Amino acid sequence: MSRIERLAQTLQEVLGDKVLEVLLDRGEVTLRVSAADYPVVAQLLRDHPELAFEQLIDLSGLDYSTYGNRPWLGHRYAVAVHLLSLRHNVRLRVKVFAEDDEFPLIPSVIEVWPSVDWYEREAFDLFGILFDGHPDLRRILTDYGFVGHPLRKDFPVSGHVEMRYDPHLRRVIYQPVTIEPRVNAPRIVREAHYGDVDHG
Amino acid sequence: MAEIRNYTINFGPQHPSAHGVLRLILELDGEVVARADPHIGLLHRGTEKLAETRTWVQSVPYMDRLDYVSMMCNEHAYCMAIERLLGIEVPIRAQYIRVMFDEITRILNHLLNIGTHALDIGAMTMVLYTFREREDLMDAYEAVSGARMHAAYYRPGGVYRDLPDQMPKYQVSKVKDERRVRELNRNREGSLLDFLEDFTERFPKYLDDYHELLTDNRIWKQRTVGIGVVSPEQALAWGFTGPMLRGSGVAWDLRKKQPYEVYDQLEFDVPVGTNGDCYDRYLVRMEEMRQSNRIIKQCIDWLRKNPGPVITDNHKVAPPPRAKMKEGMEELIHHFKLMTEGIHVPPGEVYAAVEHPKGEFGVYAVSDGANKPYRVKLRAPGFAHLSAMDRMARGHLVADVVAIIGTMDIVFGEIDR
Repeated sequence: MSRIERLAQTLQEVLGDKVLEVLLDRGEVTLRVSAADYPVVAQLLRDHPELAFEQLIDLSGLDYSTYGNRPWLGHRYAVAVHLLSLRHNVRLRVKVFAEDDEFPLIPSVIEVWPSVDWYEREAFDLFGILFDGHPDLRRILTDYGFVGHPLRKDFPVSGHVEMRYDPHLRRVIYQPVTIEPRVNAPRIVREAHYGDVDHG
Repeated sequence: MAEIRNYTINFGPQHPSAHGVLRLILELDGEVVARADPHIGLLHRGTEKLAETRTWVQSVPYMDRLDYVSMMCNEHAYCMAIERLLGIEVPIRAQYIRVMFDEITRILNHLLNIGTHALDIGAMTMVLYTFREREDLMDAYEAVSGARMHAAYYRPGGVYRDLPDQMPKYQVSKVKDERRVRELNRNREGSLLDFLEDFTERFPKYLDDYHELLTDNRIWKQRTVGIGVVSPEQALAWGFTGPMLRGSGVAWDLRKKQPYEVYDQLEFDVPVGTNGDCYDRYLVRMEEMRQSNRIIKQCIDWLRKNPGPVITDNHKVAPPPRAKMKEGMEELIHHFKLMTEGIHVPPGEVYAAVEHPKGEFGVYAVSDGANKPYRVKLRAPGFAHLSAMDRMARGHLVADVVAIIGTMDIVFGEIDR
């Protein structure tokens, strides 16, 4: 049994009915849990000796609203957390969907892994996902006073405002963008297996 | 009793030792840092959003501009993510070329780091020496890709082209007479591999010079020993990777633990610190350069003996050779489809990580089967390191903040993305 199969089995044993899905794909393990169970699961993932994910490597927000160029039927926002266990030399991806699309709320795991601090701020800034229990959920990457969440799929690439120096007012002003949206290569989803490297 | 008040000062974003555009709000109790609040994002260019609007290959040059002192390592992680999504193999020669350039990049990065770190805390000379060596390595970049920094040399499925048979040479000009040009061109008569071999012969001597300048230097030690001490437990909890983690005594190197490309066939050691202070991290970086030099030598030997393809012959991923395209209908169609529409990547998600000079650089790529990524998340090592700034700087003097920024090896291209 390979290392990731063993990890999948351990996850089932330790977490029991908290596991919504364990997916093995391309040599990686993805664990899906509900937002309510997420803090308990995080604690177990770090402290259980057979799992021992000491390090949180990354946390990424996701917006599924245009996935596959089709309307998305499930919950819109998710976070994907990448964990690393130095003791067992394995990686794990934990995926949590936010229940409410209008007010995406996910519990914070800052008590378990302090390194998640800025990653949660980033996911809040770029996706508007709120982390319950985060002590300092400020914007991090965008400008002071920025409006909107730029990595949401309904946010245009050009943004909504642009900044320039106004010689009459003699200060920097914000105005609506003047850039025309332009697409050079359209986004296309072909039929299944079209892109597979061994396909015709 | 006199009223005691903390001062709040603004460090940066235009401060020369803020290594770019770091704005640091420091709350000071006398000269002691009570709180440090980094404000980042002044170099935010929305790389992740831009990548979503471009085909997979079009985003490769954006990766160069993330961590702009270790360009090819960023490309490497991105290309690896695409290759894993597609499930394709990279030709063995391309793997050796990639490893060789990863290590060249590591030396480039550490040279810059050590030079500027020393400059920040009072040793002017170092940066003059390290930039001299960087020049040679950037010439290697230029020979292979045409660009000194933003190479865009790695492609999904391999590398853009094979190593050149000759190095570009200096020309006689107003400022360089014939004798000087002859001297400069002395090691450029052969191929790129000859040039690099000459460099690997010279480099250990240079490293000894650096050690002589800094390692036992009293001022350097006063500024770095016992500054920014991080215990192994803290380093793990704060998400440290790379030299920041190894400086604290955790022997974790992806090249050894989760080998990618051909690292499992090469001989090298992983240096580890003991005290977890700035000085140990400096020593780790110095030794890593020596090890990188060893790896480059092994790659040169292998590359000399083993010619072969450098990019996959799967034309769903990489365009066919130009000469063939002019004759064959099939190749022409492949070329046209690749250039207009791009690679179609099957649905799924992967996280590909490389041992970047600064730590673990990861790319989390989600594909929905389109010709463009659905989501690309770039995991920059510096982001995690800088987030621990407050915890590392608290209780130190203001001047030590500069030493801590230097030891973190901050580059804003990757942190702000």
